[in-house]
Amino acid sequence: MKSHKKSVVVLFAVVFMMMGALILGSSVSAAPPSGSSITGTVKLDGVAPHQKGIDMSKEPSCAAIHKDKPAMMESVVAGANGGLANVVVYISQGLSGNEAASSDAVTLTQKGCQYIPHVVALDAGQHMKVVNSDSTSHNIHPQPTKNAEWNKSQPPGSAPFDVTWANEEIAVPVKCNIHPWMHGYIAVVKGPYGVSDDSGAFTLSNVAPGSYTLTAWQETYGTQTQQVTVAAGKAASANFTFKAK
Amino acid sequence: METKFMKSSLLLGAASLLLMSAVSWAQMTKYQEDQRLNMEAHVGKYTGHAADAQANYRRYCVGCHGVEGDGQGENAQWLDPQPRNFTLGQFKCRSTPSGTLPTDEDLYNSVGRGFDRSVMPIWNQLTNQDKVDLVAYVKHFSSKWTTEKAGEVFPIPAEPEVTADRVKAGQALFQKLECWKCHGVEGRANGPSSDTLQDDQNRPIKPYNFTEGSRPKCGSTDRDIYKIFMSGLDGTPMPSFIDNVKPDEAWDLVFYLRTLQPKNAYNMKERAIAKQLGLKPIDPNAPAPAAPAASSGGQP
Repeated sequence: MKSHKKSVVVLFAVVFMMMGALILGSSVSAAPPSGSSITGTVKLDGVAPHQKGIDMSKEPSCAAIHKDKPAMMESVVAGANGGLANVVVYISQGLSGNEAASSDAVTLTQKGCQYIPHVVALDAGQHMKVVNSDSTSHNIHPQPTKNAEWNKSQPPGSAPFDVTWANEEIAVPVKCNIHPWMHGYIAVVKGPYGVSDDSGAFTLSNVAPGSYTLTAWQETYGTQTQQVTVAAGKAASANFTFKAK
Repeated sequence: METKFMKSSLLLGAASLLLMSAVSWAQMTKYQEDQRLNMEAHVGKYTGHAADAQANYRRYCVGCHGVEGDGQGENAQWLDPQPRNFTLGQFKCRSTPSGTLPTDEDLYNSVGRGFDRSVMPIWNQLTNQDKVDLVAYVKHFSSKWTTEKAGEVFPIPAEPEVTADRVKAGQALFQKLECWKCHGVEGRANGPSSDTLQDDQNRPIKPYNFTEGSRPKCGSTDRDIYKIFMSGLDGTPMPSFIDNVKPDEAWDLVFYLRTLQPKNAYNMKERAIAKQLGLKPIDPNAPAPAAPAASSGGQP
């Protein structure tokens, strides 16, 4: 009988604690998304290294797609005015850890035997849709070190499939064994991120006010960091320059 | 007020946790090692214990797989294919989806079967109990087994009767799935992508040659072949086809693959049907055949 009473008390205590935790949890996660953003430009200082053309003659259906303008390697993609494309910009320090992954899915498309985009970024836990638009089979073979490695076939006409990544990893190389020239990267980040476009421009949205370390990653040149402070309701800016090698 | 108190107590808790982990950091590795020697394996009525396999591992396995299970034993430098690195927790022969751990039974079958076209023999001299102990020992090398469970075994429907229609449907799949890109139109491992294939360590690797008469790496029964292309061989270019081939269709492909092999104990019927049909190798430039393979078979 006594032990019964005891267990009731314990139960109450546990329930009370759980309620407390719930209140605490909700008060933390209820921090309103202030909607501040970090925008900027990534520049390349110097001349981009020559990108080799890709010989796709082993895959006639893809070679046909590129017959007017041959496909190029994409290890450094410089756009107009020295803008550097495919640079992943993300917050490497200063996040509260409560950021929720974006509920929008990102898409990785295999088209003309290339990955589009060449560099795709997403949150750990965010969904990624893998699409094959080609009339040839691809196998999607990411080679992560901090996530589970897998290798899936996607024949022409098959439905897109969905993938999520558990752990932060910048960046996971992805390849197709059938078409050895196909290379891409999947950057798995935590919190807000942006990928620079052909003009080098990037935007990180929904950044809560605070001081952060911002990191820019480029597949050939590696990483650069800088400090940035974001004030409530005010857009912050940050620019990066990579030296051409 | 209450939140503030809770926050500070949370902070205190986090700090003390950090301190505790720092203190135990030095002993972590040894601790984990001991923990992992408790690793078990379960196959049928047998329970394997990693600690019981130490002597057998040192006697039979260490020369190739190494003391640390990293595949860098003293013989490794002379071997091609290279011995498996157990610390990666990645295995070719599985009855589980790509990217997941194999079952204990999968590993047990590998120890008992050996690998054709490699120096890994059939370990006939070991008892069942020895082999299950060794499975537990293989598992103890990778921390993956302490954080993850084996993948969910995908169901395999009962094997249907081989028919001419099924062999033909299998051939259509062979074309549609573009197996020939690596394995070649006759299964001679000479497809257009065959000479550029690399494994995960960027070492050259050859696709399986069906016409050679050697055993597939992960077993020679119909079920083994079914599992090979559905699961994919992780760490190699061979991808998983489970999203694109319906369970019943997969048997059609098994039957067709059998016709590519020279006569063996398993393919009398398939070869007879192929002969009767006058089955010719696929023409990769011909438009994809319509009827049996028309549906995409993909999962949403």
